Amino acid sequence: MAQTGRPLSPHLQIYKWQVQMVSSILHRATGIINAVGSLIIVWGLASLAAGPDTFGTFTGIVGSPFGTVVMVGWTLNFFYHLCNGIRHLAQDAGQGYSIQSFVRSSWLAIVLAIVLTALVWGYILMGAHA
Amino acid sequence: MSKDLRNPLARARGLGSAKEGVSHWMLQRLTAVGLIFLTLWFVITVLSLIHADYATARASIARPWNAVMLIALIVTMFRHAVLGLQVVIEDYVHTRWLEVASLVAIKFIAVLAALSGVLAVLRIALGN
Repeated sequence: MAQTGRPLSPHLQIYKWQVQMVSSILHRATGIINAVGSLIIVWGLASLAAGPDTFGTFTGIVGSPFGTVVMVGWTLNFFYHLCNGIRHLAQDAGQGYSIQSFVRSSWLAIVLAIVLTALVWGYILMGAHA
Repeated sequence: MSKDLRNPLARARGLGSAKEGVSHWMLQRLTAVGLIFLTLWFVITVLSLIHADYATARASIARPWNAVMLIALIVTMFRHAVLGLQVVIEDYVHTRWLEVASLVAIKFIAVLAALSGVLAVLRIALGN
């Protein structure tokens, strides 16, 4: 960084952790992970186009214990980015800027992501045993 | 001092130094709104097929409406991803050559991945 002599804002470690900081950082982190996840979608479609054997390999890997853990993690990752993304769109429109509603909507995005992930995987696992 | 004799407002009206104004910001949000619908449709479609066999899954994706939605998802998703990754790289990669190389790399990867995805959907939809 150029030595300009201008005052710097305090480093991240100085601040007390608050949910708004977590939700903001998580939005970037989950966005990066979603970008990687989008490659899995392409991989799945390409193997579906290639034929039953190739697709079987894909579903075998994705459905393995390790693959399932990754998929559950990705689901949570995706739903968080979706919920918090909608929150950011509302903020872009000028809504929800009071400190109180900022904190509340941060928690709402996190809780909603967990609930939606539980619903999706509850549905998948119930179908698997039906 | 800048040799530019125009006042700052005139420059701002010329869309700023990058000459693209708020188009990055706006496209990031437009694709975000599109992805709300496209990804929720995708999740529901995948869930409806999750216990289906190969032939059923393939026949479902081959339906025109599903194929169109998938192609829209692929294009929008990678556009949105590149815009987002670009900002992250610009913010955190401070070595100039590495920054430029990363910016080029994500664009190349995204275009190749998007084309592969679209080709896959077309192969399924056109039955070969």
